[in-house]
Order: sequence, then structure tokens, then C-alpha cells
Amino acid sequence: MELVYAVCVGFMSACGIFLMLRGHTFTLVIGLTLLSYAVNLFLFASGGLTIGAPAVLNGSENYADPLPQALVLTAIVIGFAMTAFAVILAMRGRSDMGNDHVDGTEPFDRLAAEEKS
Amino acid sequence: MHYFWVPFLPMLGILVPLLTNKFSRSVCTLATAILPALALCFILLDLPAVFAGQSFSRSIEWIPQLGLALSFRLDGLSALFSLLILGIGLLVILYARYYLSKKDHMGRFYCYLIMFMTAMLGIVMSNNMLQLWFFWELTSISSFLLIGFWSHNSDARKGARMALTITGAGGLALLAGIILLGQVVGSYDLDVVLNSGELVKQHPYYLAILGLFLIGAFTKSAQFPFHFWLPHAMAAPTPVSAYLHSATMVKAGIFLLARFYPVLAGTEVWFVVVSLTGLFTLLLGAYSALFKHDLKGLLAYSTISHLGLIVLLLGLNTQLAAIAAVFHIMNHAVFKASLFMAAGIIDHESGSRDMRKLNGLWKYMPITATLAMVASASMAGVPLLNGFLSKEMFFAETLDQSILGAMSWLIPVLATIAGAFAVAYSLRFIHDVFFNGEPKGLTKTPHEPPRYMRVPVEVLVAICLLVGIFPNYTIGPLLSSASLAVLNHPLPEYNLSLWHGFNIPLMMSGLAIVGGLAIYLNRKHLFKFAGKFPDIDAKVEFEGYIQSSVKWAQKVTAKLETGSLQRYAFLLCFFALLLIAPPLLELDTTRGSLPGTPVNGAVIVAAVLLIAGSLATVIWSHYRLIALLMLSLVGLVVSITFAYFSAPDLALTQLSVEIVTVILLLLALYFFPQHTPTDKSRPNHFVRDLAVASFIGCIIGSICFALMTHPLDSISEFFLANAKTGGGGTNVVNVILVDFRGFDTFGEITVLGIAALGIHKLIAGMRLSMRTKDHDGRPWATDKYPVLLSVVSQSLLPLFLLISAYIFMRGHNLPGGGFIAGLITSIALIQQYLAHGVDWMVKRVSVRYHYMIAIGLVTAGLTGLGSWMFGRPFLTSWFEYVSLPWIGKFELTSALLFDLGVYFTVIGATLLILASLGKLTTKERIREGER
Repeated sequence: MELVYAVCVGFMSACGIFLMLRGHTFTLVIGLTLLSYAVNLFLFASGGLTIGAPAVLNGSENYADPLPQALVLTAIVIGFAMTAFAVILAMRGRSDMGNDHVDGTEPFDRLAAEEKS
Repeated sequence: MHYFWVPFLPMLGILVPLLTNKFSRSVCTLATAILPALALCFILLDLPAVFAGQSFSRSIEWIPQLGLALSFRLDGLSALFSLLILGIGLLVILYARYYLSKKDHMGRFYCYLIMFMTAMLGIVMSNNMLQLWFFWELTSISSFLLIGFWSHNSDARKGARMALTITGAGGLALLAGIILLGQVVGSYDLDVVLNSGELVKQHPYYLAILGLFLIGAFTKSAQFPFHFWLPHAMAAPTPVSAYLHSATMVKAGIFLLARFYPVLAGTEVWFVVVSLTGLFTLLLGAYSALFKHDLKGLLAYSTISHLGLIVLLLGLNTQLAAIAAVFHIMNHAVFKASLFMAAGIIDHESGSRDMRKLNGLWKYMPITATLAMVASASMAGVPLLNGFLSKEMFFAETLDQSILGAMSWLIPVLATIAGAFAVAYSLRFIHDVFFNGEPKGLTKTPHEPPRYMRVPVEVLVAICLLVGIFPNYTIGPLLSSASLAVLNHPLPEYNLSLWHGFNIPLMMSGLAIVGGLAIYLNRKHLFKFAGKFPDIDAKVEFEGYIQSSVKWAQKVTAKLETGSLQRYAFLLCFFALLLIAPPLLELDTTRGSLPGTPVNGAVIVAAVLLIAGSLATVIWSHYRLIALLMLSLVGLVVSITFAYFSAPDLALTQLSVEIVTVILLLLALYFFPQHTPTDKSRPNHFVRDLAVASFIGCIIGSICFALMTHPLDSISEFFLANAKTGGGGTNVVNVILVDFRGFDTFGEITVLGIAALGIHKLIAGMRLSMRTKDHDGRPWATDKYPVLLSVVSQSLLPLFLLISAYIFMRGHNLPGGGFIAGLITSIALIQQYLAHGVDWMVKRVSVRYHYMIAIGLVTAGLTGLGSWMFGRPFLTSWFEYVSLPWIGKFELTSALLFDLGVYFTVIGATLLILASLGKLTTKERIREGER
């Protein structure tokens, strides 16, 4: 099970980073969200995988590790704030610069301009 | 002892001129002079003890671990320099009062001057090497300000830049040297360092330390090949030149050599490098000075030459040479300062410094002329003047040394030649300016300066004469105590008297005077000869060099920094990859010793869904809506994963955040193109990014696997054990959030609030074109708010609120809490926005969400502060079980109040973000400048 879990986390991270390296802001935001899912899963797994024993005290012996859960809980909320900030920043960038490329210009426009000059 | 306060008095005095500038010029001058004068008195009070051979030091510890302390010392050498700095400084203050014109900002000038004075005093009195270096750099900076005082003048700006570049770079070399020396000795304390000479000279670092110190000293004291900045610093007002370029700043390098003489001198390398540099500079300066037509230019090269002389003396391998060096430091400071001041008077009262125009001034200003003549006679080394005494000693020592082996006789010969040139340029200064016909083409008729402008010159010339005639009574004790500090052991016998009988040094002096006369009489031929050489302007060369290095730097920067964020992101990931990979290679196996959990069908399905969802998001990332849907699929599976692995709180949070995120991104997508244009520009980037992303993914996956299979000592046992007894709750995750790690949570909701406010502000200035059609050209549906949705969502609202209240209340003991309840309430309200539109909601909900964030943060903060009232640390929680009739026994806890703060902040932030974004399409949109 750990192997399957780790493969999923690794694959999601790779997809997230690949999307983040693309040039357009919306894709970047999607990649960021995907990466933050992966990171949350990663952090969560640092306490080990436990089935059927939530960290709610009921007299039993075995509980899931509560600390990573608490950290990930706030990370999810902060992650939302960050995604929101990024997407609004992207909109503002589009509003101010007229395109939605992270560099402020579309690369083929830039290349064309370079060729012209 | 008083000496400890000496550097502080001028430091206080930096502000005085600025404060008194509004009064008359004389008041400003007087007020500026008070504190330095007081400092001078303090030094004089301590002088008897210094003459008795004592040296003092006192320090106040600052960071003892790093060897940093505020530490000052007073010994013969620092007393000598302090007297020069304060004495000549006071004379310069008086002189500048008459020199500066009404257009010059007097307060600013004095402010820089006193700052410089403080820095110099700091150098000569520091007892800690790092502190010494600090003041050293402060002289570079304050001299930059002083040289560039007439900043409207391009030459002044260039000269100031050049001086700062050279001396500042030298200062960095010195810092490196000091740190090396400090490492070798094990202390930065001068008391310790000065007595560790043998240790340092034996150490393998000695050569490096010596080299770095010499670079520092030679740049500051304008020694070849760093001498070129000094003539260009003459663009400064003349009082500055008189102070910085005769008596103080250029002497700082000499001071450094003298101060570290016991530590660094005494080896073959020192003798050869220092003496040859000095000798070459001496000759070069003396020769060049003769051909300068500018009065100050002549004096500048003469200064370079005399500095070379002192450096040469410090580099000769006899102890008397060091004493002669100290003696010449004083003498040169006195006569050169008076000469600069005289040159300033001539410039001021005749309007020119060009010796081709200035002729026959004797008739117009006989007193100034007499003073200048005495001072230049001293510079030439004429008997009965102080310059003669130290030059005699210099000649004697050149005969006594043996540094060049069989070629050692060259040094006295070259010294005599340099002496002849010194006589020649001194003659030129006298003859060309005060005699030699009539002035040519002057703009005004020369006349004597105001009475008090001449006073400083008179004082200095009087000192020249007094020292020259009665050396033992005037300068004897100071010289011997200063030399004692330089040599750091008992002084050899020496004789200061005027007449030593007919000997070789006297013959050399005579030869120099006769030779100087001969050179001056044949000057026309020499000028013609010198005129054949191309005129190299160091300023142009230097500026060209600076320009090309700036261009080179710009080119490199442009290469590295293209302005493409996409590229930066790639580089960031790439270097992160390089950094995280190596430690992983040290791990023997990925799989640890922990037994794995068996796989079942549900897990396989979830894994397939996760991988397929992620892959689909990437593949269809050009179709943004589809990518978004695929992303939300991944998010859903993630929340199920949380639920499956015993994290109900996380599952609830993830689920509600997922909904909010998708709504947010859908809203945003309305303002973006629906499709991403294909990036055709650089196909290799695609491969490159794919490789980096895959590698990082593999690494993260491996770490994740290793982490899960290796045994781990967790601190979580503590939380499990204390949640109920210490925090009063059974939901350990929630207790951690609101109690154990409450301060973290407080920080996190603050970040959430700040992000929301930032978004609000970003939206306020946004101007976006709203589309009327979708991507395929179909107009948007006119049926804005589906009736069914409005009805259902409106009727669901109370239920939602009830659930969120329930989730909130039970959070401390069962899955739930402020974060989740807040998100659920937000979703309920957002649904109303979706179903009814902004206008409808604005009429009914008049809450300003920023206030809600504030209320939430204040509630959480006050709850934390509340524990202070009971004498407990911030955010200590309190709980009690109470029973009420009918309701029964239940728990009251302060953590619930804190969680309420979290609840409000989450609602405020989420709705501020989404509502602001939603309002963009309506007339309720926020406009710039609106609160």
C-alpha cells in the first residue's frame, strides 16, 4: 500500500511541477493546486498510514498520528488562500498587460519582435 | 582618563553644524569648533602620561564571542595622530569659514568635515582591528562626500568616485587581511596582536596578510600603482585638500603601516616590497610635480612623493628609519597643510591656480607670499626648517640600509635625485607664482586675504620654524613616545640636533639643493622633453575602465536574468533538484524495516483515479475547463484518501476547500481565454521541463516511500497523552490546532486574512473586458438565475448553518472545528450568491467581510491574551465542565472562543475573495480607491 501511495504522490508532484513550468498563468495555477495536493498527501504520510483509527480519543490503544494531520489541515486552508492569490494575480496581470503569459509577453510575439528589429 | 571620550566628541559634533547653519557663518564656525577643541584639550591633558611612556586602552564588550568590542587606546602614535587630526582640523575649520562662498552650504560642509574627523580619530585610536576597519571605511565614505562637495562640477564627481573606488576596494582588501590576522592571532584586540609579531611572521598566512594590508595601505596613501586618484581628488574645495590630502586621510595608510610595524615588519619581503614601492613613488611624484601647471596639482604630486618617502623609510631595515618616518609624518603634515592653504588663498584672491597665469604676486600679497615661501623651503628641505631635519635623517638612513645587497648604494643616489626634484618644484612654486614678471590674464586683481584666513597658515609656518630651530624642546617627547609605539621596544640612540658636523647626509642635502637649482634653471628644456610624452588622463582611463566593466556586468546580468519568470521557475526547480538529490544517494535502501500494509481493491481504484486524473489534467491542460474538472476529480479522491487513512478532519476540510477552489477557478476562467495557445516557441523546453518534473516527482515519491517505511520517533505520543487532560478535548487534531500549536494557528489565520485583503486590493484596480460570448461564439444564457437552484439553495441555507454550528461545537471532541465550520458556512453563502446574484445578496447581507476578518483575528488574539490575566502564558487554554438543568453536563472551554475567531476569519477571508471576484461582473464591483 505504501508503494502505491508513494507512486501516486510522486506522479502528482511531477504533473504539478510540469504544469507549473508552463508559460500561461491559468495552467500554472492548476499546476500549483495539483502540487499542493501532492505536498499535503506527502506531509500527511509522514505520520504513517493508519486505517480505521482516527485520532479521536476513545480508550483504544492505537491512533493515527495527529500532528501531521493538524499541520496539513492548516496547510489546506493556506493552500487555498495561495491558489486564490495566484489566480487573482494572474487576472490582474492579464488586465494590466493584455495577455496571460507569465513573462508578460507571448513568446512568439517576442520572437517576432526580435526578428523584426 | 579622558582619551576614551575623544572620538565621541566629534561624533556628537557631526550634527552641530547642521543645527547652527541657520545662524551667521561665524556662529556656525564657532559652534562646530567647540567639540573638537574640547577633544584636543582632553588629549593634551593625557599627554604627560603618554610622554612618560605609558599607553592606555579601555574597552566595552559588545559581542565577546566574535571578538567585537568598543575599544580605544592612547599611545604615542595615536596621540601624535590625534594631535595632527584635531589641531589641523581646527585650523581648517577656521580657514574654511573664509574660503567657502555664500553659495556653498556651510553646515553641510562642516558636517562632512567633522564626520571625517571622527572617522580619522576612530582609526588612530581604535584598539580593536575590526573597529579600526569600520572607521577606515568611514573615512573613504566621508572623503567621497567631501571631494564631491561641489557636486555640480563633473570633475568633482568623477574625482570623488575614483577616490571612493580605489580606497574602498583597498578597504575590502584590508578587511580580508584583518580577518586573516585575527584568525592567526586568535584575537582582534590590538594589545594582543601587537605583541604577536613573531607568531605572525612565522605563520604560513603571513604573505597573504602582508599583501592584503599593503594593498589597503598603498591605496589609501596613494602609493604607486594606486597613486592616480590623489591628483583627481584635488577637485575638492581647498580646505578639504589641506586636511585630507596633506595631514590625515592619505596618512591613514602610513598610520596602518606604522601601527602594524611590530607585527608585520622585519622580514625580507616587507623590506623589499615596502621600500621599493616607496622609492618608486617618491621619484615618480617628485618628477611629475615639476611639470604640473596647476598649483594644487603640483602639491598633490609633491604629497605623493613625500608619502613615498615615508613609506620608503618604513621599509628600510634600520630602527632609526622608523623614527625618521614618524618625524617626517609630522613635518609633512604641517608644511603641506600650510602650502595647500596658501594655494587656496592665492586661488581665492586671484581667481586662478594656473602657474602660467600667476606671476609676480609678491607685489600684491607680500605676507601670504612670505608664509608660502617659508613653507615651501621646508618642503625643499632648507636648513632651519622642520623639513630639513627629517630629510637629513632620511638621507642618513638611506646610507645605513642594506636591503638591496650589493646594489644598496642605489637608494641614497636615487633619494638625492628625488631631493633635487623636490627642491626644483619648491622653487617653481615660489618663483613662478610670486616673481617671474607680471600676472597674465587674471580675472581679478590679487590682494591679501581676510585677516583670519591667514591665521591658520601663520600658525603652521610658525610650527615649521619652531620645530626646525628647537627640535628637542618642541617635538622631542612626542617623537620619542610615538616612535616607541611604532617599534614596540626601547628606542635606539638618536640625535635631533640641527648640526651634526660635515657628513655625507649634509653633502647630500647640499647636492640636492644645487641639483634642484640646476634643474629649475633648465626647466624649459625639461618641459619640452616632458611635452613629448602623450598626456594620459587617469580620469578618462579610469572612467573608460569603469564603463567597460559596467557593460560587462550588464551583459552577464542580461544573460542570467532574462526577465522570463518561466525560466526562473525552471532554474528554481532545477537547483532544488540538485540540492535534494545527493542526500538521497546516501540512503542504502528506499524500503525501510517497517512492515507494509496490504493493498486492497479500493486503494487500487483510488490510485488509478488519482493518476488518471493528474495525467488528464496535464494532457488536457490546453482545454482549461476540462483540466479544471479533472483537477477537481483529483481533489475529491484526495479527500477520500484522507478519510480512508483515519483523518476525518482533513477529509472534511479538503472537501469543502475543494468546492470553494473549483468555484473560484470557474469564476476566474470566465475572465480568461478558454483555451491555452500552444507554446510553439521552443520545443526543447517541453522536454527539459518534463525531465525536471519527472526527476523531482521520482525523488518526492522515493522520499515519501522511505519516510513511511522507516521507523520514526514521533512527538505525537505527547499530544495523544495530554489532549484530554491538558486541552480538555478528545479530538487530538483540533486540540493541537487550538491549544498546543495555537500560536501557529493564530499565525496561519493572520496569513489567510492578509492574503484575502491583498486579493481585495488586487481586484480593486482590475480592468478586464467582459465577454458576451463563450469560446465557440455562443452568447451567454440570458436566464441568469435558475429558479430551481434559487429555491433549493435558499431552503437549504438554514440547514447548512445548522450543520456548520454543529460541526463547530463538536469540533473539540469529534471531527470538526472552526476551519471546517467556517468553510461550510462560506459554501452556504457562496451558494446564495450563485443562485441569486450579487445584487440580491447585497440587499440582504450588509456585512463587510474585511471587518469579519478583523473580528475573527481580534477574537482569537484576545482569547490568547486573556490567559495573561490569570498569569499564564499567551494562549493557555482553560476548560471546565458545567451542568445546567435540562441540558445536562457540558464542557466550557476557552479554546472554543479561539476557534470562533478561526471560524470568523475563515468566513471573512473566503467570502472576501469570492464575493470580490464575483462582483467584478456587476455594478457592485469594487473600484480603485474604495475602501
